[in-house]
Amino acid sequence: MEKNTRRKFMKTLGASLGVAGLTGGTSLLSSCNRVETVTGDKIHLLTSSGELVEVDKSQLKPADMPSLTENQKRGRKGLPGKSWVMVIDLAKCRNARECMKACQNHHQLRPEQHHITTLQMQDSEDTAPYYMPKQCQHCDNPPCTKVCPVNATFKREDGIVLIDNERCIGCRFCIAACPYSARIFNWFEPRDADKYKDVTYNIEANVPQKKGTVSKCLFSADRLRDDKMPTCASACPNGVYWFGDRNEDAVTNGTTNETVSFSKLIKDNAAYNLMDELGTKPRIYYLPPKNRTTPFEGNIEEHHS
Amino acid sequence: MNKIESPEESRKLLDKIVFDLTRSIVKNDELTRFWFFILIMFAAVGLWGWGIQIDKGLGVTGMRDYVSWGMYIANFVFFVAVSLIGFLISSTLHLLNISWSKPISRVAEQVAIAAVALAGIIIVNDMGHPDRLLNVFIHGRFASPIVWDVSVVMTYLTISVLLFYLPLIPDLALLRDRMGDEIPKWKMKIYSILALGWNGNAKQYKTIYHAMRVLMILIIPVGLSIHTVTSWLFAATLRAGWDSTIMGPYFVAGAFVAGSAAVIMLMYAYRLRYGLKDYFEDIHFNQMGKLLVFVSLLYLYFNVNEFLVPGYKMKAAEGVHLLNIFVGKYALMFWSVQIFGLILPIILMLFKYFRKPLPLTIISVVVLIGAWFKRFIIVIPTLEHPFLPIQNVPENFHHYSPTGIEIMITLFSFMAALLIITILAKLFPVITIWEYAEEKGIDKKYFSEQPKN
Repeated sequence: MEKNTRRKFMKTLGASLGVAGLTGGTSLLSSCNRVETVTGDKIHLLTSSGELVEVDKSQLKPADMPSLTENQKRGRKGLPGKSWVMVIDLAKCRNARECMKACQNHHQLRPEQHHITTLQMQDSEDTAPYYMPKQCQHCDNPPCTKVCPVNATFKREDGIVLIDNERCIGCRFCIAACPYSARIFNWFEPRDADKYKDVTYNIEANVPQKKGTVSKCLFSADRLRDDKMPTCASACPNGVYWFGDRNEDAVTNGTTNETVSFSKLIKDNAAYNLMDELGTKPRIYYLPPKNRTTPFEGNIEEHHS
Repeated sequence: MNKIESPEESRKLLDKIVFDLTRSIVKNDELTRFWFFILIMFAAVGLWGWGIQIDKGLGVTGMRDYVSWGMYIANFVFFVAVSLIGFLISSTLHLLNISWSKPISRVAEQVAIAAVALAGIIIVNDMGHPDRLLNVFIHGRFASPIVWDVSVVMTYLTISVLLFYLPLIPDLALLRDRMGDEIPKWKMKIYSILALGWNGNAKQYKTIYHAMRVLMILIIPVGLSIHTVTSWLFAATLRAGWDSTIMGPYFVAGAFVAGSAAVIMLMYAYRLRYGLKDYFEDIHFNQMGKLLVFVSLLYLYFNVNEFLVPGYKMKAAEGVHLLNIFVGKYALMFWSVQIFGLILPIILMLFKYFRKPLPLTIISVVVLIGAWFKRFIIVIPTLEHPFLPIQNVPENFHHYSPTGIEIMITLFSFMAALLIITILAKLFPVITIWEYAEEKGIDKKYFSEQPKN
């Protein structure tokens, strides 16, 4: 049984592009039921790969999509039996920034907003600089969810830290509490707010974004539900990201689709957690930037670790 | 308490006290109207700014993803700090039987009510979704320091209002019974309703003394809590500069400094404006000056702890933060606040001359301004230096400087606080008449008598 689901998971990962899961709500779709001929009425839809597409109303068929409350309920619960982890191989990162771009498309982010960002790092004066993709670490002892006054950000069973932007009051305490600066705020109307205004909120993608609420990386929880890799992992051309289930002890590379043992990968490569001295227990493991595949070409800005 | 024997003498003295202490209520000249006009105009401009902020989003402020708490939060901390003086003067000093503080307690309560009310408004104004305020009650998570803060701030406001109101009841009855045409009808009606049928018998006094004593004891843990919990909004995070165990007492000590300064300023304003030289006497300023020196020394002690200990070690992130405020971008602000807002006032106020009304008030103004900027230094520099580098964002994400809207709304908060204080002063005596008269040796039985003339 367990083996079966794993195989199924791997298979669908292989064909990650293609099927476009609609995130439209029931109201939108029930209205489509009645339309059968080409009407010329166009509707904006969000595909699971994060593209906003325009389709004719007649092309729509009702899908089994949950209502907003249903979506929020199952979004809070998570995927049963899973325990998601990510491994980021710093030796492979060439600062291509495809992850950043894909992520911004998926999550309706403005150019200055990042769920994931590639930082130029240098640990101390004499050590080699390197690129480090950084997003929410999905900590097992999350400082952010502790301080939320309304339970708008929470940690679910499968380890993902999520935000319900229908409940967030915008106090930004979680932003202050996060030592990784992983959280962002919608200071203005989000990007393409007009296009997204009729789309039903999907808590697992935090889309549509909402002015005055907090957002951050969610491990593409909506794509995981469809057995797909997180957007950043799939978009990376350099094989930086490994993603998988700790319970199955398997992680799959987002670029090569190679699957390896999670525990072996982190043991063999001396993986570490970011600022583990803070006791946050991150779910993202970094493989040290040794034997880097390309020279560092950025310029290190003044910073501290 | 020296009893005055002759009834005539008592009546004459009481008449004078009532006449003097109702001057603030009766007085309604050009200046009063102008003052109200200024306050309401500034408050309205601030509300307009708030409207823009709600419409466009919090992006109209200088805050961005890294410095995500700015002047509003600093201002919030400032107002919570100022409000703490209410419990120090009208409760702690009362319970210790320190008699000089009695005429000041209502001033302290005015400051407390206005400041804590504004703190509540400012924090709502800082929210990205003020319309979802009720979520704090519907979905409140008890593990969040914000929920603790909301609980204690509301409790403190409630007890402060009660501590303002209870000793006011005999005064209201006295005004109801003694005042006539010089006060507009609607005001008299308010007094009559709020006096709750007070007739001044021994049983009523016993009840009020008892209730006040209970409240005075209750407000001590609540008062200490509000600022301790406010400090935990910072101390509960992992950030350099906030991750400190003495934040609670450090904030409480600083709060007494700010609050004492505010009370001194208000005392001086009343003394000047309402001719209360014989009520807010030099001795009161002298004592308040001593109190301010004492709490400032306490605050200085915590400052030494807060900056010297991490400065000695210079841990990586902590070191960057400290260099930034000691010799970096915030050095001028930091040292000005420490020297002019703390060290210099302490030295000056050790001399009797500087505890006279005018010099002390001037010192208090400087101390209060320093206290405001101190909150700015507590909140902002820490956020400008997170653990990980700030990259791939526009230039204005790296630094924080408040925008016009933020300044407008902050100005609004000051004006609104002054408006609350002014309204309280225009409606009710600024000193508890019956308590003061009793202190002067006038028997309670004269309070409800109609004046002879």
